Amino acid sequence: MTKPEITKELRLKAEEIRRRLVEVVCRARAGHIGGGLSSVDMLTALYFHVMNVDPAHPKKEGRDRFIMSKGHSVEGLYCVLEKAGFIPAGLLDTYGTYDTPLAGHPTVKVPGIEVNSGALGHGLSIGVGMAIAARMDGKPCRTFVLMGDGEQGEGSIYEAAMAAGHYKLDNLVAVIDRNNLQISDCTENVMSLEPIRQRWESFGWHVTEIDGNDMAAILDTFETLFDATGKPHLIVSHTTKGKGVSYMENGLKWHHGVPTEEERSKALEEIDARIAALRA
Amino acid sequence: MPETNTIPCRKSFTETLLRLAEKDRDIVAVTTDARGSVTLTDFAQKLPEQFVEVGIAEQNGVGIGAGLAACGKKVFVCGPACFYVARSLEQIKVDVAYSKNRVNIIGVSGGVSYGALGATHHSLHDIAVLRTFPGMEVVLPCDARQTQRLTEILVNHDMPVYVRVGRNAVPDVYETDDFPFEIGKANTLLEGNDIALIGTGETVYHCLQAGRKLRELGIEARVIDMHTLKPADTETILKAARETGMIVTAEEHSRFGGLGAIVSEITAEHCPVPVRILGIPDENAVHGKPLEIFRHYGIDTEGIYRTALELLGKQ
Repeated sequence: MTKPEITKELRLKAEEIRRRLVEVVCRARAGHIGGGLSSVDMLTALYFHVMNVDPAHPKKEGRDRFIMSKGHSVEGLYCVLEKAGFIPAGLLDTYGTYDTPLAGHPTVKVPGIEVNSGALGHGLSIGVGMAIAARMDGKPCRTFVLMGDGEQGEGSIYEAAMAAGHYKLDNLVAVIDRNNLQISDCTENVMSLEPIRQRWESFGWHVTEIDGNDMAAILDTFETLFDATGKPHLIVSHTTKGKGVSYMENGLKWHHGVPTEEERSKALEEIDARIAALRA
Repeated sequence: MPETNTIPCRKSFTETLLRLAEKDRDIVAVTTDARGSVTLTDFAQKLPEQFVEVGIAEQNGVGIGAGLAACGKKVFVCGPACFYVARSLEQIKVDVAYSKNRVNIIGVSGGVSYGALGATHHSLHDIAVLRTFPGMEVVLPCDARQTQRLTEILVNHDMPVYVRVGRNAVPDVYETDDFPFEIGKANTLLEGNDIALIGTGETVYHCLQAGRKLRELGIEARVIDMHTLKPADTETILKAARETGMIVTAEEHSRFGGLGAIVSEITAEHCPVPVRILGIPDENAVHGKPLEIFRHYGIDTEGIYRTALELLGKQ
């Protein structure tokens, strides 16, 4: 396939995952839809194009590993894992029900999920440990950690960032889903996070800033990312919270708001129109 | 009093770990600028590729340990108990216990080992907290030989474990290598049916000495080394309750939530008997040498002996 064809196919997958995400949250009447929608494009690119993973063998030796450090956006991850074939069809419909393995934050009970998360600021340290293990074993596998921007308030992240820089872990990729909103307000009103690039560069990281809702930009980034060696990689993925559902975009209430029936229909209508255009 | 072994438990641990790690490349030691206090300097020099220094960052140390374990490494995260069981508690809860990552947290200089340094450096809450984390095991070995045996087991153990050892060399409880050791199975050191004395970690020796003193009075105390607090050896505790009818527990830990609480919970439910809990009361422990602090709170030989006599109605 040509690059434009690959890009288009991944865009289509991302839109289909958005659609499923809206359905799942509406069915369960719970979930963190805004941050899910903002990070869907990155997750789609990782699972369907970038990472060496095998849905039929989730524990395959030598696989790349993904950590959802912003664990509350788990519904988006579940939809990706379902589409990729890690979790069987139908299981996702149990999300939010009694005793389902699909909890409101990731757990290793779900095939394809590497660590339990949900308490913010943990994922990068675990990722550092995985990256060091891969290096000790001389394995080419890489570790990817998706963090939220609000999550950047957790001090433990900077302990991990310091260690990754110290050990020059160029097999480690951290992504900040920079959608500028956290539960109470704009991130910069809650606690200033900028300048993110300079902060991470000063910790010894190779920093790339992209439009994280632009599939072509995401793919371009990964095409050359690992050419930069000797440093861990940070992608500041500038996104829009609620991306792809017009009335949710940049809306604070959609951190964990649940659409009404009318809102659900409108969301699906918008997404379906894009799916139809991409299939045309 | 028998001569004190010259090898502290932390040194017994690191010597054993180094010996095992030389033959097993998957063994990894992680520490937080504590290679000196843990006595990992030899390990770091001889096996640098199996050693991860993370600086003074306990949260990161435990998180990195979890990541290493998730990739199949046999991980020992080592440093002062006081910091691991406070600063990095959430990482132990989530990244280790909840995620079932087989990390051994080796808390050295635990309890009141750092007696004179004050409450910031005491870890008198670790048993209480960690035993409430599903999937976490808690072990306090009592001497150098038992620590060696424990370390050999931990390398291939299938659960995450928190181990607390002290700082200073302690007298041998086990004077030869011929003794049973199994995680979750307490050892009975002295048989007797008049009263049971149960210790854990460094108080085991004092329970044993107290038991011997009681024997001089014709009182046959059963002395139990409860090295594993979780999973607790319910069978041995209930057998002691049934056969002796009264129990004294002694621990270098808060009186809340530790060994005494475990024994009380189990006996209250299945075989109620009088239990006296010796430990640190609800206060910041006095400062001093560890043995001075033990004496202050009655968790030394004399204190355990006196409490046993009181419970027996002999004093």
